[in-house]
Amino acid sequence: MFTIVDKRKMSPEVFRMVFTAPYIARSRKPGQFIIIQQGGDYSERIPLTIADADAEKGTVTIIFQAVGAATHQLALLDPGEAIANVLGPLGQPTHIEKFGKVICVGGGIGAAPLHPIAQAMAQAGNELKVIVGARTKDLIIMEEEMNKISDDVIICTDDGSYGRKALVTEPLKELCEQWKPDMVVAIGPPIMMKFCTQTTKPFGVPIIVSLNTIMVDGTGMCGGCRVSINGKTKFVCVDGPEFDGYAVDWENMMMRLGTFKTQEQKAHHHCHIGLNIKEGEA
Amino acid sequence: MSHTIEQLDAEASVLLAKYSSNGLKNKDRLAIPVQEMPSQAPEIRVNNMEEVALGYTEAQVIVESMRCLQCATAPCVDGCPVRIDIPGFIALAAKGDFARSIATIKDSSMLPSVCGRVCPQESQCQLTCTVGKVHKNVDKAVAIGRIERYVADWEANHGTRSIPPVLSSTGKKVGVIGSGPASMTAAADLRRAGHEVVMFEALHKAGGVLVYGIPEFRLPKRIVEEELHTLSDMGVKIEYNFLVGRTATINDLMEREGFSALFIGSGAGLPNFLNIPGENLIGVFSANEYLTRSNLMKAYDKAKAGTPLFDSKKVLVFGGGNVAMDAARTAKRLGADEVNIVYRRTSEEMPARREEVVHAHEEGIIFKYLHAPKEILGDDKGRVTGVKVILCELGAPDSSGRRSPVEIPGSEQVLSCDTVIVAIGNSSNPLIEKTTKGLKVDRKGHIVVDEETCATSMPGVYAGGDIVLGSATVILAMGQGRKAAKAMNEYLLAQEKVGGSAT
Ligand SMILES: Cc1cc2nc3c(=O)[nH]c(=O)nc-3n(C[C@H](O)[C@H](O)[C@H](O)COP(=O)(O)OP(=O)(O)OC[C@H]3O[C@@H](n4cnc5c(N)ncnc54)[C@H](O)[C@@H]3O)c2cc1C
Ligand code: SF4
Ligand code: FES
Repeated sequence: MFTIVDKRKMSPEVFRMVFTAPYIARSRKPGQFIIIQQGGDYSERIPLTIADADAEKGTVTIIFQAVGAATHQLALLDPGEAIANVLGPLGQPTHIEKFGKVICVGGGIGAAPLHPIAQAMAQAGNELKVIVGARTKDLIIMEEEMNKISDDVIICTDDGSYGRKALVTEPLKELCEQWKPDMVVAIGPPIMMKFCTQTTKPFGVPIIVSLNTIMVDGTGMCGGCRVSINGKTKFVCVDGPEFDGYAVDWENMMMRLGTFKTQEQKAHHHCHIGLNIKEGEA
Repeated sequence: MSHTIEQLDAEASVLLAKYSSNGLKNKDRLAIPVQEMPSQAPEIRVNNMEEVALGYTEAQVIVESMRCLQCATAPCVDGCPVRIDIPGFIALAAKGDFARSIATIKDSSMLPSVCGRVCPQESQCQLTCTVGKVHKNVDKAVAIGRIERYVADWEANHGTRSIPPVLSSTGKKVGVIGSGPASMTAAADLRRAGHEVVMFEALHKAGGVLVYGIPEFRLPKRIVEEELHTLSDMGVKIEYNFLVGRTATINDLMEREGFSALFIGSGAGLPNFLNIPGENLIGVFSANEYLTRSNLMKAYDKAKAGTPLFDSKKVLVFGGGNVAMDAARTAKRLGADEVNIVYRRTSEEMPARREEVVHAHEEGIIFKYLHAPKEILGDDKGRVTGVKVILCELGAPDSSGRRSPVEIPGSEQVLSCDTVIVAIGNSSNPLIEKTTKGLKVDRKGHIVVDEETCATSMPGVYAGGDIVLGSATVILAMGQGRKAAKAMNEYLLAQEKVGGSAT
């Protein structure tokens, strides 16, 4: 039983949920994710990253943005209620070692799965700098947590409502020039990760990205999550989610994300209404 | 050509009256026509997901059973992978004793209602049947599968489903990985022997390919659910959302979680692609993805389902097996205007069940034989617009005796389409192999087992079904599940003795 023990709204669209999942809590490593199916025959299976876990308490923390039908449905659950199906931990863990100087870049909700990775990088003895960016102040998450593991956390917003008015690539470029990192980890929207790879490339710094493609099973059975890595087809759910940022065919990956665009817009429209009504009542 | 169920029943009743006198000679039996399977009319069924074949009527099943010659040598049994007493159950069906008929099948097979629907009978029991040989036409063999289906359904419809007895507890805990036909069979036989049995399934529903792959119109989900209920009633515990290798490894289960033995029935769930240019374009799906969306995630119910489906007008399906037929016929039902099967060989070599091919033809699926896909073409938005194919002719037979296709130079052409479904088979998922210390697999990633016992290279760990055989069949998976369970029960018993004397 995946019973919710805590739920917090971090911003109007972003939720933090803690639920019991003893096996996942015990087995998961930074970089891995889960698949949730909210229950009932008709619900979609969606991949979500793991933000944190407590092996002793047997709990897993997720931070997600209610952007589609399934995440809206999830956001409606309250402590005491259970998530019907949670599968994980999925994918390969992040390769953690002492690289030297590491920059971790998180965009939007991507800062959540970035945190355990950044933490592990710090624990492995790396010097760590963190860049967290979002569209606007409300969407900046994990700032406090990041401050605990790095002395240098740079916050950027697109609209300048908090921190620097800049895209994450700006400080990233400066740090590449001045600080000369040995490794970059970037997690966020595909377009952000793509631009991060373009930023680091001239400096020859290796960059790891974490891909969030369309998925169904998450076990390697359907191939819906496939991407082209150095011209070879790989399944994100088993071979990834992390890949060498320079090897990803970004154009193809982003196009594939739009496979069901028209269908999804219809579905999302219905759900938004449901969530708003509940909020209004509360 | 096809007749309504009422017409078929009336014809059978006439035959029944004519032949019911005792003392039928073989000559008389051979003169009885094969009973046609009543089915939904093609123009109606392409608009629904319900089962195509409706099943024999009582008169039909008795008449069909009268066609059996009760051969002393029973060559049909030699064609059956689990050696069901075929003349035995048919003789009982001919007498109308359906309860004993189904009991006879269940002595050897755990899932007759499934096998009666999906077994490739024309290349197994019906291939070797004497009646087919006499008529020099396998289509005229005794319709063993249809009789099997009738008696299995009869049992379900008469509420006589019995829960197999379970021996008193042995105190041993045994794990079964996966919940397809291999695992369902192993779980039942292990539980019967009194062990505590836990089944681990990665997905949120159990049944394996029977649930996520084979469509409702060929195998209604309630039939699989019924079998799973029986397992639950026997006390088998099903753990959903448990991916062995990730949630916990085989080594964890054996060393930490107290399992005395494990059966791996994880199937062949890794879709193959052709590795031709354009395979990652929008609109290209593996058959597994296409079918999983529709079946497991119920996306065919567009109004209710959260899982989206691709809107297709013109579909090309690559492949010639059951998976290709299922994908093509699903696409038709989901509203595609035109669906084509693109296959490199000819109808002769197609591995799909005969009945599925006939049904596909009736439903308007177009077959493009001797066509090999070379490249998938797309527009500037990355969406599929067509497939470049090359024509082939059949060359000399290869080592397996199948004639292999040879491309005809200069015969390339482009077939337009907006959707491509790749149904060229599955390989074994490497997850368990990669996360298990000491488990031996062959070059193709199939788990290596002892032929007699299904024991793997790890003590106490057994395996069967598609993970051992490669993409095979339901009946072979079931057979291995049974074989493994028998050996596991012996292993556990022997261990108990060793353990007993040591303390
Ligand atoms: C579309 C389609 C149509 C087919 N049609 C026919 C037909 O008409 N006739 C016929 O005889 N055969 C048919 N087959 C083949 C037949 O379905 C398979 O041979 C049979 O199901 C194999 O059974 P199995 O028990 O080995 O594995 P599967 O049925 O594949 O079940 C394996 C199960 O294990 C689970 N699993 C995998 N890895 C793990 C893990 N690490 N941890 C936990 N669980 C795991 C999977 O989710 C799955 O549920 C068809 C196959 C397909 C795909
Ligand atoms: S071979 Fe055919 S006719 Fe002979 S016993 Fe078997 S089913 Fe009957
Ligand atoms: S999500 Fe199905 S193979 Fe990766």
